[in-house]
Amino acid sequence: MSNRIIHWFKFASPQSFYPLAGKMIPWFWALTAVFGAIGLWISFFVAPTDAVQGEGYRIIFIHVPASWMSMFIYMVMAAWAGLGLALNTRLSGMMAQALAPTGALMAFISLWTGAFWGKPMWGTWWVWDARLTSELILFFLYIGFIALQAAIDDPRRADKAGAILALVGVVNVPIIYFSVKWWNTLHQGASVSMMKSPSMAQTMLWGMLIMALCFWMYSIAVALMRVRAIILERETHTEWVKELPEVKQ
Amino acid sequence: MNWNSPAEFFAMGGYALYVWGSFVVCAVIMVMEPMLAKMRQKTILRALHRERLAQELDKQ
Repeated sequence: MSNRIIHWFKFASPQSFYPLAGKMIPWFWALTAVFGAIGLWISFFVAPTDAVQGEGYRIIFIHVPASWMSMFIYMVMAAWAGLGLALNTRLSGMMAQALAPTGALMAFISLWTGAFWGKPMWGTWWVWDARLTSELILFFLYIGFIALQAAIDDPRRADKAGAILALVGVVNVPIIYFSVKWWNTLHQGASVSMMKSPSMAQTMLWGMLIMALCFWMYSIAVALMRVRAIILERETHTEWVKELPEVKQ
Repeated sequence: MNWNSPAEFFAMGGYALYVWGSFVVCAVIMVMEPMLAKMRQKTILRALHRERLAQELDKQ
């Protein structure tokens, strides 16, 4: 037993994570493409026209996955940042830094597609509604995290300052999620909830879930790509980076 | 099947601007972001490669 221990922490070092990430990236891209193809097919050709919202409702097939990802990536980013703050592990800060731009773009897609849905359905691109406003704050939190890290030259100190911002900002995520319940908002209630059966057609639900999987795989793939670049940027002066085949060539 | 012709598909029941405005922007972002990540990787690799060459020249 004793000599069969798997060294889980081995992959917590940038040196061993760098090649592992490189091997995983193509797989996540392949899954993104597969789920994306199936998801788009369902979104446009299988899911029926909505009785109330006509074809305009098809925006939800990207709006909802992007919104979920914007919240979920924030939680993961804050978790990595907090881990880095508590254990001072090198990779954690890099992971948080790699996730931030993807999360910001997901929040942007969520707001953008929401505006394009709101215009025909509500008659306005934007309202200062609880859910819309809290999602906008999430977008600003990502931007703030990125700007704060970019403003501090020493990466370790940048990680610490960013981690505190990220952790304080976590309070916003449940506010977004429950905003439609807590306040009387213009935004419709959750179509999919963990508590009750979903209030939408089966095919619509499947389209949305498969698109969400596509967004998941995309986010992992692109964050892994970015974390590899960040590892190299931060470990420039280490021996292992100098010995990499792609550096030696 | 929801659509009888490609034109009907692109018209999206009158919601073309909103549906395509959403999907196209989303697609553009999801193409640009990995390209930028790739460029970032290339930039740092090029710098590392140059540094290595410079070190080898120093040794000679």
